[in-house]
Amino acid sequence: MRKISYEQAASEALVEEFRRDEKTVHLSTDVPPDLREEFGEARIRQTPISESSFVGAAIGLAGSGFRPVVNVRMATFGFVAMDQFVNQAAKITYMFGGQARFPIVYRMTVGASKSFAAQHSISPYSMYMNVPGLKIILPATPYDIKGLLKTAIRDNNPVICFEHMALGAMEGEVPEEEYTIPFGRAVIRREGSDITVVALAKMVHESLAVAEEMQQEGISLEVIDPCTLNPLDKETIRASVARTGRLVVVDEACITAGAAAEFTALVVEDERIFRRLKSSPKRVCGLDVPIPYSPPMEQYALPSREKIKAAIREAMA
Amino acid sequence: MKNRKEELIYLYRVMLTIRRFEERVVLDYQSGAIPGIVHSYIGQEAVATGVCTNLRRDDRIISNHRGHGHCIAKGADLNRMMAEIYGRKTGYCKGKGGSMHIADFNIGMLGANGIVAGGLPIAAGAALAAQLEGGDKVVVVFFGDGATNEGEFHEVLNLASIWKLPLVFACENNGYGVNTPVKYATGLEHVSERATGGYGIPGVVIDGNDVVAVYEAAKKAVAGVRAGKGPVFLEFMTYRWRGHYEAPGLPDLRPREELEVWKKKCPVVNFERKLLENSIISREALDTINTQVMQQIEDAVSYALASPLPAPEDALDDVFSS
Repeated sequence: MRKISYEQAASEALVEEFRRDEKTVHLSTDVPPDLREEFGEARIRQTPISESSFVGAAIGLAGSGFRPVVNVRMATFGFVAMDQFVNQAAKITYMFGGQARFPIVYRMTVGASKSFAAQHSISPYSMYMNVPGLKIILPATPYDIKGLLKTAIRDNNPVICFEHMALGAMEGEVPEEEYTIPFGRAVIRREGSDITVVALAKMVHESLAVAEEMQQEGISLEVIDPCTLNPLDKETIRASVARTGRLVVVDEACITAGAAAEFTALVVEDERIFRRLKSSPKRVCGLDVPIPYSPPMEQYALPSREKIKAAIREAMA
Repeated sequence: MKNRKEELIYLYRVMLTIRRFEERVVLDYQSGAIPGIVHSYIGQEAVATGVCTNLRRDDRIISNHRGHGHCIAKGADLNRMMAEIYGRKTGYCKGKGGSMHIADFNIGMLGANGIVAGGLPIAAGAALAAQLEGGDKVVVVFFGDGATNEGEFHEVLNLASIWKLPLVFACENNGYGVNTPVKYATGLEHVSERATGGYGIPGVVIDGNDVVAVYEAAKKAVAGVRAGKGPVFLEFMTYRWRGHYEAPGLPDLRPREELEVWKKKCPVVNFERKLLENSIISREALDTINTQVMQQIEDAVSYALASPLPAPEDALDDVFSS
């Protein structure tokens, strides 16, 4: 199968969906040249750096029958528009009693690792998980971002697509023929029997590398990528932990009140699984600090293969 | 509208409907029949009426926390409005929104918004939609003077200006953001200076208590916007008679004599007198309208009271669309 980058896969998803549905509109400060060329200035619209206005304008477009895709760029810029995300986009379907649909896709990059420092590095998806009314996808591979973005554009609700900054250039197999990926289905990236590792975004790949290394030590890791955080495939995670009796969650977001805590809770709250646990669940997450600039500090603040291994050894002991 | 006379009587009827609706809502709130909080539109009826009378059904409006008047003027159903305010299942939003979030997408009422200036970006999007559709629909966004200090307000003025959006900014300057005087909060006599000076959007200051003045100004503005000339900013000078919202113990720090002055400028009573003085309508016909409006309000309350409350578990529906 051909291999293309994560970024190319995302771009293909947009082109295909914009051809498929003429009600799609693209809003962003940086205009994607290929889209602009094919679909014109009106639909592929350049915005000023004015996040509240264009994040909110997408809601008005959607409520008027259009299907906007908004590239917010970095998740840190998204905070400028939090009223529109949290008070408006997330609640508008509900508080108007479901009388109108708001199909919107917001794309934002997340993560750290490039010395971009605190205001250009963050993984805030758990903040949005705490807001009912927003669907949240977190594609970790080129195949996934293409299929999930296509589904997101066809969905009749606001969907936030979080894309890890380090994955853009990553290549992976993507078929030529069309496909979509349904929301709410976790993918078992690697099957194993000793311990379940739930990993998010870039940490999927780090955990897979660790799984390979630990196989040589005789420890068998099952690596699960939830792919979408809302809806969340709780069953796949629960079933895996019920089988292995052990859980480690790997996420580079800060540890406090993060998605990792949610995964841990949904396992230990299940009496059936709780009784089968062979060790307490562990979290390998970012430290509770803003992301620092200088490489040694930045690396220290983020999960590493060594930290993942240490947590797994602890859980296996 | 067939002729000028009918047009004027229509304006009167809409204003009166809003006034009586709001009076009843205040009463029923005070008696405990209505939960939550309500923001009364009493005193500002001429603005919603004069503006919305210039709109077609397919034109769109976005409203704010003080939104009942905008809904009524755009043609919303009083029964379903009252039912929503009463928290009933038959309300516009099935009881999920209440007083501050009434919407009727079928008549182009894209919702009332409880966050000051929060509706402005949404209105910009609705206006962009109208522009992309290529027809001549216009969008009107209602907001108060208090919204003009929010960042969203400035971002949207800019966006509307650079994209020449078919958007009418309808600012109801009632002098206060809750209890903060607009002159203190903005340093300006007229907030429309922000549109004209900062963003190149034409602005007009209008007596917001004179429904004919509002109607004529909005007519001109809507015609220009419909013709593709870009956004317009209308600043209506008016006053709310009630406190910021109905709540026991909410202090109203505005000077008492100010209210007395503005009550003399009552949009409904003054217009009624003009209609009679100019023989536009007879006292008898006026009384008939009053009786009809009172009956409509009474019917709306009966409808609300006869409607079931939502089941508790209905709370789980409508988080997402299918």
